[in-house]
Amino acid sequence: MSKSFNMMEGLPPRPEKGVYFDNNATTAVAPEVLEAMLPLLTEHYGNPSSMHSFGAAAGAAVEDARDKIQSLLGAALGNEVVFTGSGSESDNLAIVGTLRAFPDKKHLITTEVEHPAVLGLCRDLEKRHGYEVTYLKVDQDGRLDPQHLRDALRPDTAVVSIMMANNETGVLFDVSALGEIVKEQGSVFHVDAVQAAGKLPLDMQKLTCVDLLSISGHKLHAPKGIGALYVRKGTKLRPLVVGGHQERGRRAGTENVAGAAGFGVACELAAAGIEHENTVVRAMRDRLEAGLLAAIPDSQRNGDPDFRLPNTTNISFEYIEGEGILLLLDRLGVAASSGSACTSGSLEPSHVLRAMGLPFTQAHGSIRFSLSRYNNPDEVEYVIKALPPIIERLRMITPFNANRATF
Amino acid sequence: MWNYSEKVFDHFMNPRNVGEVENPDGVGEVGSMACGDALRLSFRLDENDRIAEAKFQTFGCGSAIASSSVLTEMLVGKTLEEAAQITNEDIARELDGLPREKMHCSVMGREALEAAMIDHYKRLGRGVPCHLLQQETILCHCFQVTKDTVRDAIFKHRLEDIEDVTNFTKAGGGCTDCHHDIGDMLRDCWDKIERGEIPEPSGDGLVQLGDMPAAAGAARTPPAEDPQQEIIDKIKELLHNDISVALRNDGGDIEFVRLQDNLVYVRLTGACAACRASDATIKGYVEAQLREFVRDDLEVIEVKQ
Repeated sequence: MSKSFNMMEGLPPRPEKGVYFDNNATTAVAPEVLEAMLPLLTEHYGNPSSMHSFGAAAGAAVEDARDKIQSLLGAALGNEVVFTGSGSESDNLAIVGTLRAFPDKKHLITTEVEHPAVLGLCRDLEKRHGYEVTYLKVDQDGRLDPQHLRDALRPDTAVVSIMMANNETGVLFDVSALGEIVKEQGSVFHVDAVQAAGKLPLDMQKLTCVDLLSISGHKLHAPKGIGALYVRKGTKLRPLVVGGHQERGRRAGTENVAGAAGFGVACELAAAGIEHENTVVRAMRDRLEAGLLAAIPDSQRNGDPDFRLPNTTNISFEYIEGEGILLLLDRLGVAASSGSACTSGSLEPSHVLRAMGLPFTQAHGSIRFSLSRYNNPDEVEYVIKALPPIIERLRMITPFNANRATF
Repeated sequence: MWNYSEKVFDHFMNPRNVGEVENPDGVGEVGSMACGDALRLSFRLDENDRIAEAKFQTFGCGSAIASSSVLTEMLVGKTLEEAAQITNEDIARELDGLPREKMHCSVMGREALEAAMIDHYKRLGRGVPCHLLQQETILCHCFQVTKDTVRDAIFKHRLEDIEDVTNFTKAGGGCTDCHHDIGDMLRDCWDKIERGEIPEPSGDGLVQLGDMPAAAGAARTPPAEDPQQEIIDKIKELLHNDISVALRNDGGDIEFVRLQDNLVYVRLTGACAACRASDATIKGYVEAQLREFVRDDLEVIEVKQ
């Protein structure tokens, strides 16, 4: 072994624009989206509540955006769409708003693999507000057993909150089947569709068991700072933000007009691109995954291979830690994310991978690649070429290997 | 994205002295894959008992690799006496600093160095000289008891000998390597007590809250009008209502141990206790919260047990 070696030596040259494979974290704003937003910041900057034409133009933009979101969701009515500030706010409004509407019900159900927006809220409700929460377990592929939901439901279950697609693994839950079970008990069913919206077709008129559904703008090429909650007509929900009549009293505060307009256009683009997502983007993801698993020993895909988002793959590389992989990829302009503790700023590796029963060793070395329609096959081939030597070099440094996993 | 210095990047991108020394004179292994950090450090001495060669193998993040790499460079040419002077701050300084959340990576370097020195003396069939093990706070390595804990117990309970100290704090109950240090500390403490510098145990500088193992019987309930008690109540409330909620999301928890002047002693439990990032939790989160909501001069110290 040489005294010192260079991690980057002989790696393929960095592509000019970099490679953005972190679209489950956030996405680029689509050019059409930005174009739709600008006049609402510069020209039509009125308050939608005002009695003048500045306001009227802004108000019309918000309602137009609502129609476009309604259309992506396949909702029966435009006013079933409530604008919020983020996917996390939508989740909070759905859960807390339901609990406030049913003050006698003190139980809720969710899963161990939800987004922190839901999990953190549930822990807070448990610890500080006297609620009882059941966290449904998943199997090693991240799947949920519907029987567990059936067993957990009680007459005092106010709300069941389950994600449609997991942000880390892309694994899908069959919310249609799960919703039927929830409805047998008569609880409110909330679905976090932040990752699913725009990647999978949605039809709220068919998905009648879902009462509330969260979506977020910046996951589908709209800007950050805008989200929405679908509220099925007739669903009881108390607001979180009060003090204004906006959003029919469900969320006070002057509308994020430009954000909403951008969100609307982004939904329109997403609806038109769903087939592309499930053919072209899926094929790129599959090629990336197969290429990496074939080229890198001691690597494995995490999560159900068949029933998952078309754009996401989560792969564990044994005996090394995710941050080093990300730092080296970043030097090559490649953006991805990791379930390792060191990259999250928290203390523990991914709660999702741990809930699936993955050993810590695999969780620490896990990398998520999430693609979008703005990626191309050349970028996929580049990463398939660049990653194997990176993994190999990090493995030259680690004290662990297949024969020796502990000191 | 962490704000790493150029030097950290240099050592991460061009790690020095990777691997294992052949025929080593000492090997230190700390951490595990479950922790997220692990380091094996090996060294060989030359005929003048100076470190001729040092190598590392690290499982961990970029700053862990950089800390290990820079440590091997710092070691070469030093005697063990000189090497023992290297602190984790020295390692971080050599890298032009580490983000606060990553300071534990430099601590791992220091720990591996100590483990390698202990191994070296074991190979010689001797115990490691205590003065080489100068981890700032830990006195008894077997039970991870801090110097502060032992000192406080001596003052509070007027402990007279090593056996007393072991009974009250567990320190010295394992390999007995630290008995010499405990003896020194007993002498220091009793000098102070006899000079009248340490008030009687009923004084209010030391507030102990029941959950130190052997102290329960001797613990006093502080009077209600005690101004310290008011602060303690606030601290406990914040720990219980906010901080512990957040830590439980990560599978850990926190316990209040005691308050001494402006020093808040806490114990991390569950996943947090075994976590190498606990420094970041303590300083970056717990201390920040206590300063914001209780008093802005509070300092938080983790009691390992």
